[in-house]
Amino acid sequence: MSEGIGAAVKRKEDKRFTTGAGRYTDDIRLENQAYAAFVRSPHAHAKVTGIDKSAAEAKDGVLAVLDGKQLTGDGIGNIICGWAITSKDGSPMNMGAWSALATDTVRYVGDAVVAVVAETAAQAREAAEAVVVDYEELPVAAHIEAAVADGAPQIHDNAPGNVIYDWEIGELDTTDTAIAGAAHVTEMDITNNRLSPNAMEPRAAITKYDAAEDHYTLYTTSQNPHVARLVLSAFYAVAPEHKLRVIAPDVGGGFGSKIYIYPEEIVCLWAAMKTKRSIKWTADRTEAFLTDAHGRDHVTTAKMGFDASGNIVGFKVSTKANFGAYMSLFSSAVPTYLYATLLSGTYNIPNIYCEVLAVYTNTVPVDAYRGAGRPEASYLVERMMETAAREMGKDPAELRRQNFIKEFPHQTPVIMNYDSGDFEGNLNQAMEAADWSGFEARKAESAARGKLRGIGMSCYIEACGIAPSAAVGSLGAGVGLWESAEVRVNPVGTIEILTGSHSHGQGHETTFAQVVADRFGVPLDSVQIVHGDTDKVQFGMGTYGSRSGPVGMSAIVKALDKVEAKVKKIGAHLLEEPEENIVIEEGTVKATGTNKALGWHEIGLAAYTAHNLPPDMEPGLKEGAFYDPLNFTFPMGCFICEVEVDPDTGKTEILKFVASDDFGVIINPMIVEGQVHGGIAQGVGQALLEEVVYDESGQQLSASYMDYTMPRADDVPSYDVLHHNTKCTTNPLGIKGCGEAGAIGSPPAVINAITNAIGNNDLSMPATPSKVWAALAASKIAAE
Amino acid sequence: MHNTTYHKASSAAEAAALLSGADDGVLLAGGQTLIPTMKQRLAAPSDLVDISGIGEMKGICVDGSTVTIGAMTTHAEVAASPELRAVCPSLADLAGHIGDPAVRHKGTLGGSVANNDPAADYPAAMMALNATIKTDKREVPADDFFQGMFTTALDEGEMIVSVTFEAPSKGAYAKFPNPASRYAMCGVYVAQGASGVRVAVTGAGEDGVFRSSDMEAALASDFSAGALDGVSVSADGMLSDIHGDAAYRANLVKVMAKRAVAAAG
Amino acid sequence: MTTVSMTVNGKVVAAVVEDRTLLVDYIREHLRLTGTHVGCDTSQCGACVVHVDGKAVKSCTMLAAQADGAKVTTIEGVANGELHPMQKAFNDNHGLQCGFCTPGMIMSGIDMVNRYKAEGKTLDEAAIRAELEGNICRCTGYHNIVKSISQAAGEM
Repeated sequence: MSEGIGAAVKRKEDKRFTTGAGRYTDDIRLENQAYAAFVRSPHAHAKVTGIDKSAAEAKDGVLAVLDGKQLTGDGIGNIICGWAITSKDGSPMNMGAWSALATDTVRYVGDAVVAVVAETAAQAREAAEAVVVDYEELPVAAHIEAAVADGAPQIHDNAPGNVIYDWEIGELDTTDTAIAGAAHVTEMDITNNRLSPNAMEPRAAITKYDAAEDHYTLYTTSQNPHVARLVLSAFYAVAPEHKLRVIAPDVGGGFGSKIYIYPEEIVCLWAAMKTKRSIKWTADRTEAFLTDAHGRDHVTTAKMGFDASGNIVGFKVSTKANFGAYMSLFSSAVPTYLYATLLSGTYNIPNIYCEVLAVYTNTVPVDAYRGAGRPEASYLVERMMETAAREMGKDPAELRRQNFIKEFPHQTPVIMNYDSGDFEGNLNQAMEAADWSGFEARKAESAARGKLRGIGMSCYIEACGIAPSAAVGSLGAGVGLWESAEVRVNPVGTIEILTGSHSHGQGHETTFAQVVADRFGVPLDSVQIVHGDTDKVQFGMGTYGSRSGPVGMSAIVKALDKVEAKVKKIGAHLLEEPEENIVIEEGTVKATGTNKALGWHEIGLAAYTAHNLPPDMEPGLKEGAFYDPLNFTFPMGCFICEVEVDPDTGKTEILKFVASDDFGVIINPMIVEGQVHGGIAQGVGQALLEEVVYDESGQQLSASYMDYTMPRADDVPSYDVLHHNTKCTTNPLGIKGCGEAGAIGSPPAVINAITNAIGNNDLSMPATPSKVWAALAASKIAAE
Repeated sequence: MHNTTYHKASSAAEAAALLSGADDGVLLAGGQTLIPTMKQRLAAPSDLVDISGIGEMKGICVDGSTVTIGAMTTHAEVAASPELRAVCPSLADLAGHIGDPAVRHKGTLGGSVANNDPAADYPAAMMALNATIKTDKREVPADDFFQGMFTTALDEGEMIVSVTFEAPSKGAYAKFPNPASRYAMCGVYVAQGASGVRVAVTGAGEDGVFRSSDMEAALASDFSAGALDGVSVSADGMLSDIHGDAAYRANLVKVMAKRAVAAAG
Repeated sequence: MTTVSMTVNGKVVAAVVEDRTLLVDYIREHLRLTGTHVGCDTSQCGACVVHVDGKAVKSCTMLAAQADGAKVTTIEGVANGELHPMQKAFNDNHGLQCGFCTPGMIMSGIDMVNRYKAEGKTLDEAAIRAELEGNICRCTGYHNIVKSISQAAGEM
């Protein structure tokens, strides 16, 4: 079947995107549309002592100038974090109040204070500049160390010492004992650099209020419109769910940053009701840097103990995680259940202990960004393994091979139960593709040209398809993490799939349709995927955490099962054959052993005309399903990176990048490889280029593309993307998920290659030319 | 962007008149720096006088070894000029690596020289080539024209019409781009010609483009990359930012200078 | 206010706009051709690339007034009955994911192929990557964009 599972079908959605016919939020213009602009704090920490709106209100075109007191006065609730984490001592996490418009205190540069609504975008911007806010500046903690220092400024009254939680997992005593008895202990201080997601489409929102119906509509750049509606209703009290329609049309990339509900959407909905106008707000890139949730930002101290033969005996980790000024929607889960639970990596580690101190700083809130916790874990584990091998004089591949988990299922000491994998298979495939054994010759060739060549690997594992709902609920999640689907077979036999997943680049309109085409043998063009509109689609959880494949498509499969059962019943009735003899092949319903058959459209028509259905059967052909996963899925793989460093400038060039992934069953290899390419580029970006930099006063020094280094075409290589797959055993399609793997596995491979080239393990991300040059100088001094 | 009044000038004289008639007018050349600055609301001129279409300020003329380039010649035109490439390929190469292709279609030599961004490429070329900057009022040697970051010898209302220089016998420009902005983090233009050896550095200095007399002296006696080995570049006066500190930039000055000399042959 | 008149995708259009109106805003908000996008404020991302008199420019870094009298082509004007080879190549090679940067990539891709052909130069992988300096994509890692442009270069 050329269009079914496993086929590299070209994307159905491309035509509109390649012809300029995409429909992104900012492309939409509603009747009677006004524009919002926000007055933002220029200070990282200050009391708001006064707001003078008079000059702004007098400006041309101004419809409203709204502040936080009005917002809270109208009963709009604070922004919440939806995952409760409990500290070591049993105390709940300390969530500070976050009003969509600051009422008395601003806590980061960019914190929204006042919203201006005007007839044009330019008028709104000009009026926003005319608002006079009086600030009384407060001391600032812009970095983790400043926030946890003695006498640090207190950012939220209810979080003493700026601590949100002090959490732990694993066994401290046994881990300490194991490491104390180890033949070799590798110790490292590892920083995971702070990143800005930078989806190319800036966030935007358009809101509409229908006074006659008391009904709201929000068009927004969201990865999960139903969750947005739920939170806007249940917690922010903007409107009840049945009076709020959320539409996420074409969305230009998310990478996590468009999961969350931000102040602007709340304010624009509320302001639409107050002004009785539709309101559009579109971020510019500077606003994106100042307000989109950042990612990563960990500092970690870790010890890994090995016995005399090189087996890992214990792993102890202490991490401080920067949360920024407020707790964003999923922030608390990232450095805990999405990070510490992956610290076993691909290895047999009998004893693991991890503690995580979550702290507030006067910076943009930090939340999940592509990989979310798992890149931090894989970076830590894989740098430790590489460094340990070098310290013990062992081959880094052999040390990994020796410690690989080889039997499944495997229960780690940190919750996860890996269902499947062949770690050595991926390692072997990657080493062969990378010509690992030929490296020394290539290194010599580079040396002859005055260049330093290095090779590094990373054997990552990650967890996606976060699940099951009851389990995550017991760990503190405020939502279930299932997915929904509805399959509608129309009277003419065409099929609509309504999915709770949301596509913002992942190609669902193609892959989801392939699953249907594969099942019934109908043409791909006869299947339409519907998503992103709470009025059209049943409640769904949205797309993040590489969940649309393993969870979203599993829900579709469950609904297809129900459709198939009903089709077979109808077929059996019409063909007058036993149901067990009915098969569906190539869009035809057949009775085996006979030449009796019905076209797919004939079944649809029969279901809807209902003139001749089995007794007691309801008319119609439409089935829905909710799929709650049995377990996480565990994509894994081996990445190998080969670099050449220019010792004069410190500039790193990636010469080769090989990825061997295990994603389970692959629906569309072309799309899966594209996901890997993009993930690797983001990982290379983290490793070599990207960092959000704050100065001590909390000003972001990297808030535009003049200073935040986005990977460009000449920064990255072509990638060799290979697969060595083992089927996931816990979902119906055997899919593991592929969206984040590239970003999770690549940073340690890149850094291990550079440290190999320069002979200095003390290198932090991003490994910019100046940093590599300095590390090289330091290793030269050390050698002398 | 704040509001402004746009004028299109068809001659240098008309542009001068429009400018003098404006409250707070500025010249608009390719706009590749000015318009982003206005969008960021960091500049709010009352009037923009568009000089990009003035024919007398465009084009490349090569007369023997004398090169004259009109101020409104775009980077793309400079990069693609076979006449220029025949006598001074290093300048064509430099122009071909300013910004990106779309920026090169709009950005002009005159706009870049007049702006004197400390990380721009052309100022280093003008200094190293010992160019003369011709304005609508006078001629200014490059050494006198560039007066520190974003500062030039241009008076209020004065406009660059063209630049002229003698093509060097040897020349090359080596740039280490800022990883984010792709402006020069350090760019060194080395030229050997009738006016001796000249080495101009952009991107690295706190005070904009500068010449390195130490390097020029070393290269005067031995025009080879190795001749620079003994020259030490001080970190004093070098820029320091999130992309690299002063010591790193001082290193880049020497490395790029050696690469430029090697490329010049 | 100023009157601008230009030919956009073969159609003569005219409007009275504020002098500060950027070409991209004229295209998006006045002509409602929303395929041209804005992804940054500093002229770096290239989502706004259009052709003015046959050359790729960043329409966010140009006033509509500067394009008075010009011939402008946007992503909506590229296909001629059927998809342009560059558009088709992006589909063939999975050169896009979210699609936001794609119009700018296609416009830059067409421009670079045209220039290299005119100059008789070979547009190899390294050249394509260098030519893409002014176009940022966050989804694809560029691998398939490079392949797409390479394919179209052979077909244009």
